Amino acid sequence: MKITFPYMGTSNIVFKSIMEQLGHEVVVHKPSDRTLDLGTEYSPEFACIPFKILLGTFIEGLQDGADLIVTSGGKGPCRAGHYGQIQTDILEGLGYEFDMVIFEAITDSFKDFFGNIRKIAGPGPSWWSIFKLIKKEWNRLKALDDIERLSHKVRPRELERRATTKAFEEAQEIIAAAETEEEIEKAKEKGIELLKSVPQNEDYEPLKIGIIGEIYVVLEPFANFELEETLGEMGVEVDRSIYLTGWTKEHSFFSLHSEDKVEKAAEPYLDQLIGGHGQESVGNTVLYAENGFDGVIQLAPFTCIPEIVAKSILPKVSRDKDIPFLTIFIDEKTGKAGVSTRLEAFVDLLIQKRDKAREKIS
Amino acid sequence: MSVKIGIPKTLSYYVYYPLWKKFFTELGAEVVVSDNTSRPIIDAGVKETVNDACVPIKLFHGHSLDLKDKADYFFIPRLVSVDGEHIYCPKFLGLPDMVKNTLKDLPEILAPRIDLRKGKLELIKVVYKIGSVLTKNPLKIYSAFKKAKAYFKRFNSLLSEGHTAVEAIDVLEGNEERKDFDSQEQERDLKIAVLGYPYIIYDPYVSVNMIQKLRDLNVEVVTADMLTDEELTAQSHKLFKEPFWTFSDQVVKAGYHYYQEGEIDGLIHVTAFGCGPDFMVGKLLNLGAEVEDDISFITLTIDEHTGEAGIVTRLEAFIDMLRLRRKRA
Repeated sequence: MKITFPYMGTSNIVFKSIMEQLGHEVVVHKPSDRTLDLGTEYSPEFACIPFKILLGTFIEGLQDGADLIVTSGGKGPCRAGHYGQIQTDILEGLGYEFDMVIFEAITDSFKDFFGNIRKIAGPGPSWWSIFKLIKKEWNRLKALDDIERLSHKVRPRELERRATTKAFEEAQEIIAAAETEEEIEKAKEKGIELLKSVPQNEDYEPLKIGIIGEIYVVLEPFANFELEETLGEMGVEVDRSIYLTGWTKEHSFFSLHSEDKVEKAAEPYLDQLIGGHGQESVGNTVLYAENGFDGVIQLAPFTCIPEIVAKSILPKVSRDKDIPFLTIFIDEKTGKAGVSTRLEAFVDLLIQKRDKAREKIS
Repeated sequence: MSVKIGIPKTLSYYVYYPLWKKFFTELGAEVVVSDNTSRPIIDAGVKETVNDACVPIKLFHGHSLDLKDKADYFFIPRLVSVDGEHIYCPKFLGLPDMVKNTLKDLPEILAPRIDLRKGKLELIKVVYKIGSVLTKNPLKIYSAFKKAKAYFKRFNSLLSEGHTAVEAIDVLEGNEERKDFDSQEQERDLKIAVLGYPYIIYDPYVSVNMIQKLRDLNVEVVTADMLTDEELTAQSHKLFKEPFWTFSDQVVKAGYHYYQEGEIDGLIHVTAFGCGPDFMVGKLLNLGAEVEDDISFITLTIDEHTGEAGIVTRLEAFIDMLRLRRKRA
């Protein structure tokens, strides 16, 4: 079958690899302005930007002959849990013929979850070989996340502009090409080495900014105007609160135990799970403040209610914990220049704040 | 002096006010509400709230400000789930936290978590927790709650007859006569379903008094509240996945019911600008209307700048169109 799926940051490497090893052809494009235009054209006005980019991605995939869409579900309160069904309705209305497989959490229905895997894998492979495949690819995902984390540390210190981004891209290719678990491990080491060999200014002390917000706009650089790269090249070390390896663990496999540091940190301000990453946004801001970060940037799609609730609570957290924050709501009309200007102003403000604090000490 | 408990006149006011009011008054408290929604209340809310929020959130902040000096306590229950299956829109889940962290100098906020997903026993616990602010006597609390429930039942039966929430509250409090909708039915030549969240369609200011305006135009108005739970549940099979949110689920199923019965000439979906769940509710209602040849569908979006004239023009145009179509048929 020809398969397409949501494109989100580096995870596409892993999904692509899984599908290809199961004998499918993969058609998925990195989101572009065309993707967003297509998605916006056929989406309801108040759908959030992840919905629009996803719809555009699916249309591009279908135009290239895909006949199966694989996507994720959910059980609320975030509305993304309904996207698969609504997108099916819209795409069928446009005359496309396809199948859609929607993965719900394993805790929802054991049978559906494994039924879906079987549907994609076909009758051939044994459960044992599927399990081994998923385990291997999980390691690949972890390797990619580790490399990305490291790139956030290296980029602000790089001496040559874009050297980190180049090394990071090369590392991704090496990891993508690895075939066995051992090779993935080796590729990861190689990637780490590549990044570490980027010439750096060892004495430079970068500002540290935490990134919080809704998962899609945080993870997909196209949706957030390459925020991490932009900040890194301004000399800022960023830390992202969400990685796919962390999220998948919470939402599909081990969601039974919920003793969570982030939830605890959010409690005094927002004592309720509100869907999406609303509560995490509040909790992580508290944790970033306690861990000496200089500021926090919240990324959220326009009309995302969980993040709106979080945003209305953040000013209080910001005052209590003395940590500045900047919220960027993103929709299809947000422009990169506008975002960059706001980022520059925010970073300037943080630098002044840090300098002032140092004057007081000395 | 009795304790004054303040309830902002918006959001869940239009759904649960009679229940809470009776409950608190039975326990000897005085219940105070904010003024009717007005321009100053909206403006005050807009000023305090994050700009990306939907109108209902802004309104709630405005009403809270209006009420803050009139009450000893604010009652803002954290509505999570009342039927054990559906949950409320995330704004209800975070409402007490939003208000507490945004507005200054508020009275103490009573924010019991109402989450009946944990079982029936939870209701008893929550009721005691709320009542215990006023008395520690469980017998008194439960007898007050029993009376409140009976009162609330009357409120809901008034809604099911076709009263708006405001009219039903007026009838209950003896300020207005009970309306007889059946006798007026014959003269009205059009039947229109007005679907939207209670805090939008029943708030006369926000909805620019849409329901009364339609009645004045000689239209029979039906709402989601006029359907029984059974009638709504009967529509479940048409949904691949039920909407997660209580009110959204109700609106979609009510729409499907009216489409199926085929007695309505048109369906008006009233929504707030930037409402998260409604882009899906609207889409589902729209798709449902596309297969119905003789039912027309319109979405009216309101926000803090909505002017009466604009909405009225669109309403009148919609009604004219329906009448013209009928004449041709």
